[in-house]
Amino acid sequence: MSNTNLDVYMPIIILMALAVVLVVGALLVAKILRPSNPTTLKQTEYECGELPTGVAWSNFNVRFYVVSLIFIIFDVEGALMFPLATVFKKFNEIGAGSVVLITFLLFIGVLVEGIVYCWRKGDLDWVRSFHTPVKSTPKATGSAHE
Amino acid sequence: MNKTIVDYFAQFDEHQAFVAKASELMGFNAAPLITFIIFAAAAVIVLGALATVGGLGTYAERKISADIQMRQGPNRVGPFGILQFLADGVKMMMKEDIIPRHADKLTFNIAPLLCMLGVMATFAVLPFSSGFTMTDLDVGIFYLIGVSSLVGVGIFLGGYSSNSKWSMLGGMRGASQIISYEVPVTLSILAIVILAGGLSFGAVVDAQGAWPHQWYLFHNPFTFIGFIVLFIGILAETNRAPFDLPEAESELVSGYHTEFTGMRFGFFALAEYMEVFVVCGVASALFLGGYNVPFGLGDGTFLIEKLNVPAIHAKGIGQLLQVGSFVSKTLALYYVVIWIRWTLPRLRVDHLMTLCWKYLTPIALFNLVGCAFWMYFFNGESIWHLLGQLGGSGGGH
Repeated sequence: MSNTNLDVYMPIIILMALAVVLVVGALLVAKILRPSNPTTLKQTEYECGELPTGVAWSNFNVRFYVVSLIFIIFDVEGALMFPLATVFKKFNEIGAGSVVLITFLLFIGVLVEGIVYCWRKGDLDWVRSFHTPVKSTPKATGSAHE
Repeated sequence: MNKTIVDYFAQFDEHQAFVAKASELMGFNAAPLITFIIFAAAAVIVLGALATVGGLGTYAERKISADIQMRQGPNRVGPFGILQFLADGVKMMMKEDIIPRHADKLTFNIAPLLCMLGVMATFAVLPFSSGFTMTDLDVGIFYLIGVSSLVGVGIFLGGYSSNSKWSMLGGMRGASQIISYEVPVTLSILAIVILAGGLSFGAVVDAQGAWPHQWYLFHNPFTFIGFIVLFIGILAETNRAPFDLPEAESELVSGYHTEFTGMRFGFFALAEYMEVFVVCGVASALFLGGYNVPFGLGDGTFLIEKLNVPAIHAKGIGQLLQVGSFVSKTLALYYVVIWIRWTLPRLRVDHLMTLCWKYLTPIALFNLVGCAFWMYFFNGESIWHLLGQLGGSGGGH
């Protein structure tokens, strides 16, 4: 076959170039066709018709950052499990499937431990304050949960 | 085994003769040039087809929602209003392009581009048929999961750059939702990878058969649950209702694309509808048998042996049937996606996260372990095969 190995990646480059050409080209065509008379009022951000107060780049609910942290852990684990999953069948055919299975269970064990830890810590609850454990001892009302 | 669409053409003598002739005429080895031309033509065809599907998706959405709610839907432009999406496209072209004064101009400009890039790069590995897969990468599934995350970046940047509170809320919700649901989706895809033993779409589809009992959907109980987890996950990843919190009209104006007008908004919408097609295609390739066609019609053996059709025609017809099989399965899923949107109410943001992390992720993990054990103990045979063996041995006694 006359193809070198790198040929299989050519469509990706072509498609990405096409995407850039399409977006930029359509915006350029639109620039010729469309009217353009910006006014100060038109260029203000929409805030229900009122004049906007302050900028939107302010402090944000910390839950979103916790979610992305948890995601990174799970995603890296998932990415690392792909090679294992790919070779499982081949190892199984030569009778060495138990090696892969045990490794796999180890990986999943780490994942399960992660999710159990996050769950116990209450990081999977969106509204965390509602879940402060109510103990009979009066000490629990303090910062015992942290 | 075709790796790319060029390999499909290269199996015919006519193609080799044409390459030789072209090389002779031009005085240099024309094979790389012809490879490039085939790839570029395929890319343009796929882009044209999927952009049309994306455009018709907006039309189908409005028409189906009209059906469900006993309305008419668009019916003025063209027969049954089918040209409505072209009219919408022209309208978006003619609209003034407004960039908010306090916006982050650079990210505001590249956000729609990132969305389109992420979606269009996934077309490269979509298995339309055994020959018409632009490139059947060995890491196809991994590549698709990775590159489609660019859409999430685009959505987040779109929300962040507008400097509008509504956009910010929508972008934040969109980012957290997309990355959260990627975990159950990845885990249920992993279960299929275990059973198929390969990361390329061609390998996964070829491991299945044309009939429903050969599909991975009905392969074993774990894959059946896995498909449901995957389907819920892709609804959330493409921001479709009931998970359309990032653009929830009634609470966030229009979410991350509140400040986008004209063609920029158009690209967000187009990317969303094309992404729905892509993820439905992935679901049908992984679970519903993809492009498989029964009776050996797909690779042309039936036509060649029984009807003495020339190989090049028989294979061409087979490819067309395979494309039809893949596209019809995908569009059926597309219909279900639209149907769900007009049936179920929207989730609350805390319910969304609870559903993902406390239900779908543990279920997907359970499925994964189940599939691993299934692979280990039953060598990855389907439940029907095992039941057949059981019945066979039972009858023997």
